[in-house]
Amino acid sequence: MTQVHVTTTVNGDEVEFLADPRETLLDCLRDKVGMTGAKEGCGTGDCGACSVTLDGRLVCSCLVLGVEAEGKDIGTIEGMADGDDLHPLQAKFIEYAALQCGICTPGILVATEALLKKSPDPSEEEVRYWLAGNLCRCTGYDKIIRAVLDTARDLREGV
Amino acid sequence: MALDSKTEFKYIGTRPDRPDGMDKVTGKARYGADAYAPGMLHGAVVRSPHAHAKIVKIDASKALAMKGVKAVVTRADFATDLEGEDWDLLENTIAGEKTLYDGHAVAAVAATSALIAKDAAKLVEVEYEILPCVTDVDAAMADGAPVIRDGAADHSVPEGLHPNVVRYTEFGRGDVEAGFAAADLVVERDFKTEAVHQGYIEPHACLANLGADGKGELWCCTQGHWFVRRMCTALLGLETTQLRVTASEIGGGFGGKTTVFIDPIALALSRAAGKPVKLVMSRSEVLKASGPTSSASMNVKMGMTKDGKLTAATAVFRMQGGAFPGAPMDMTTMLAFSCYDLDNVHHEGFDVMTNRPKQAAYRAPGAPMGAFAVESVMDELCQGLGLDPIDARLTNAVKEGTKSSFGPRYKAVGLIETLEAAKAHPHYSAPLAENTGRGIASGYWMNWGGETSTSLAIGEDGTVQVGVGTPDIGGSRASMALMAAETLGIPYENVRVDVVDTASLGVNEPSHGSRATYASGLAVIESAREAITKLSKRAADKWGIDAEAVEWRDGAAHPSGPNAGDFTPLSIADIAGEMGSTGGPITGHHDASPTGFGGSFGTHIVDVHVDPDTGKSTVVRYTVVQDAGKAIHPSYVEGQFQGGAAQGIGWALNEEYIYDDDGRLQNDVFLDYRIPVASDLPMIDTVIVEVPNPGHPYGVRGVGETGITPPLPAVACAISHAIGHRMTRLPISPPRVLRAIQGKGIS
Repeated sequence: MTQVHVTTTVNGDEVEFLADPRETLLDCLRDKVGMTGAKEGCGTGDCGACSVTLDGRLVCSCLVLGVEAEGKDIGTIEGMADGDDLHPLQAKFIEYAALQCGICTPGILVATEALLKKSPDPSEEEVRYWLAGNLCRCTGYDKIIRAVLDTARDLREGV
Repeated sequence: MALDSKTEFKYIGTRPDRPDGMDKVTGKARYGADAYAPGMLHGAVVRSPHAHAKIVKIDASKALAMKGVKAVVTRADFATDLEGEDWDLLENTIAGEKTLYDGHAVAAVAATSALIAKDAAKLVEVEYEILPCVTDVDAAMADGAPVIRDGAADHSVPEGLHPNVVRYTEFGRGDVEAGFAAADLVVERDFKTEAVHQGYIEPHACLANLGADGKGELWCCTQGHWFVRRMCTALLGLETTQLRVTASEIGGGFGGKTTVFIDPIALALSRAAGKPVKLVMSRSEVLKASGPTSSASMNVKMGMTKDGKLTAATAVFRMQGGAFPGAPMDMTTMLAFSCYDLDNVHHEGFDVMTNRPKQAAYRAPGAPMGAFAVESVMDELCQGLGLDPIDARLTNAVKEGTKSSFGPRYKAVGLIETLEAAKAHPHYSAPLAENTGRGIASGYWMNWGGETSTSLAIGEDGTVQVGVGTPDIGGSRASMALMAAETLGIPYENVRVDVVDTASLGVNEPSHGSRATYASGLAVIESAREAITKLSKRAADKWGIDAEAVEWRDGAAHPSGPNAGDFTPLSIADIAGEMGSTGGPITGHHDASPTGFGGSFGTHIVDVHVDPDTGKSTVVRYTVVQDAGKAIHPSYVEGQFQGGAAQGIGWALNEEYIYDDDGRLQNDVFLDYRIPVASDLPMIDTVIVEVPNPGHPYGVRGVGETGITPPLPAVACAISHAIGHRMTRLPISPPRVLRAIQGKGIS
């Protein structure tokens, strides 16, 4: 078994790990880097629980190989809060009870942060279609969609 | 414990941030697969590709020869003296002489990496002799069907039925034939529902460490770690208390994590290898080899007079629960007519084995199927007689004192209140767009108490720690903290709630049966009351007065009146700061199996648009009305209502287990087993009705399960109205709707 040495940036910090060429970025983040915020719900890119950004682009880390992270800039849920200050989306999700079990929450937060960067004033339909790749089995999505829309409004209004 | 006279609350009914919120939005919360141990190995399971096969030989020599492989286990590594349900559990965990369904575990490997373990699992050679299989419930009962296991039927099964029928129930009262004769309209229909999966996003995962001395530790995602302890120790031949089980954060359960699948295997691997073993299911393994719910084939007949009074009702439920006894036909029969006051009623239930995974509980297990059939017939009766569906339900609705269809009389219940609230809701009278139908349905779950043990300890600064044994799946830490804060009269933020391990409390049943907020909540209140008694005694001793002369309010001990003496109140912090020198630590405990649980009724309204060209059904508006008794944290009560509705919509429209003729599951990934996504659903409006449960100090009923019961019939009735054809088979997929529109039947 030949492992590949990978040098990458995770949430602004340089990180190195050895990856088997068959291992996913999700496996590497969790088992090699020690960041378990991204979750494996399916391993087939259907549930979005493993969502991270790769050079700013939203991806399912279960569909990216660890070796593909070489020289890339990765963003995970662990980098979303600024120290003790939660990102407004994180704070709103707690306030609105937009999580029940919480397993999908890291992926949904990473995905919605990417949405609001791209589209600061999304419609409800836009949020629903953007999050169609992030499965939540607990909430029926209602409180999630409201939290996203109201966070977007707060950010636009500078609250 | 009776309902308090207290009706004004300071904390209960508010919506504070949940205590575990920060961890869960930052990725810090540790779920089943987020645990690692020094020297840890990784496990992989060898699974049967055949639905029904004799295991001729297992040869693990090639796998064991692979570098990095540390252990292989088979059935021979588990207890050999089990019977009854424990034997079933072991047989499902790892096959013995036969594999009984696609994905049935046969062996398992532990190795130094997950990749090596997976590669090694492929090298375990299993020789099978393939046997004929059956996966459909009606086919499994028919003459000539392959026998899953001869002799599995219990004494309840009448002579002459196929050996795959393993349990039978039949009960009722009155004279149903006379009742039908008195009706102005009688409707009888056959219905069918498919098996669906709980669909929790977190696959089963565990980290096991078991020594040759029979002492061990297990970390796992579960709804109930005492259940896991009992099951695992039975299957491995260990003493119960020598295994300490810690519940991780849990990424959804919905009933599916109240039993074990991989945990005993991980423990066996750990014992064989002498090292910790982590074992995580893939999504495909979850769908193939955990516990989906039962599928059902049903017949319901009901009669009604022209003024809306039900005269008689009968039901037959044939339910398959996989390759083991246990399909929830008891619950289906019991709850089918639970909404209605009936003099003449009869039920029949069949528990049928097939070559499918052993069914597990799924939110209100058994109730949604029965509600689908019964509420659909109710709707057709109302349609045929020109009656308003809510008025007709009100005419027959059960209330306090009504003798239920399954025997006992109801205590205070809120069906009438939910129906009235639904009728008054603007949704009910809103105009409908073209090709859109409206469905109404009610449903019930009786809830549960169960073994419960909690502790509460006062910190030196007067803050409080609470230990409960019911894993927090949807915000229950917040509810526990609110109830403790309310009872003690201290701020919510001063209470910490932990879900503690099996070595820390007495036996706790899982977070199942909608019992956590009711039963653990009640025990937390009683623990707090015990602590208050002790706190008051310390104040009394200090003041030199009788403990009875001390009154506890607003988080402090006060003299109960002028006769008690004139003393400055002592706060919980004052007393706690001195407790080391006034008698030692102050705690409260409560252990009970509370029986005052109260059932919850709900009524749902749904509008569904059907595209006549494609047959696609879209839920355009949804309202849930349900009785919570008392909503401790209303946001999480609403969340239960919304989540139940969404799961029910998925069951009605999309979800099903699809097996081909050789018994292999065809849709074992989320792309093909399609649960509702955000773009499938509208906002889900909620109305919390509060008819207090007389068996809880603050009136709590469970709210978790009822919400999945009405959506199946409500959605089906809405579509039936939209297209003018009665939909009697789930899921109501676009091809099925198109066939109905085109008059080609619905099968």
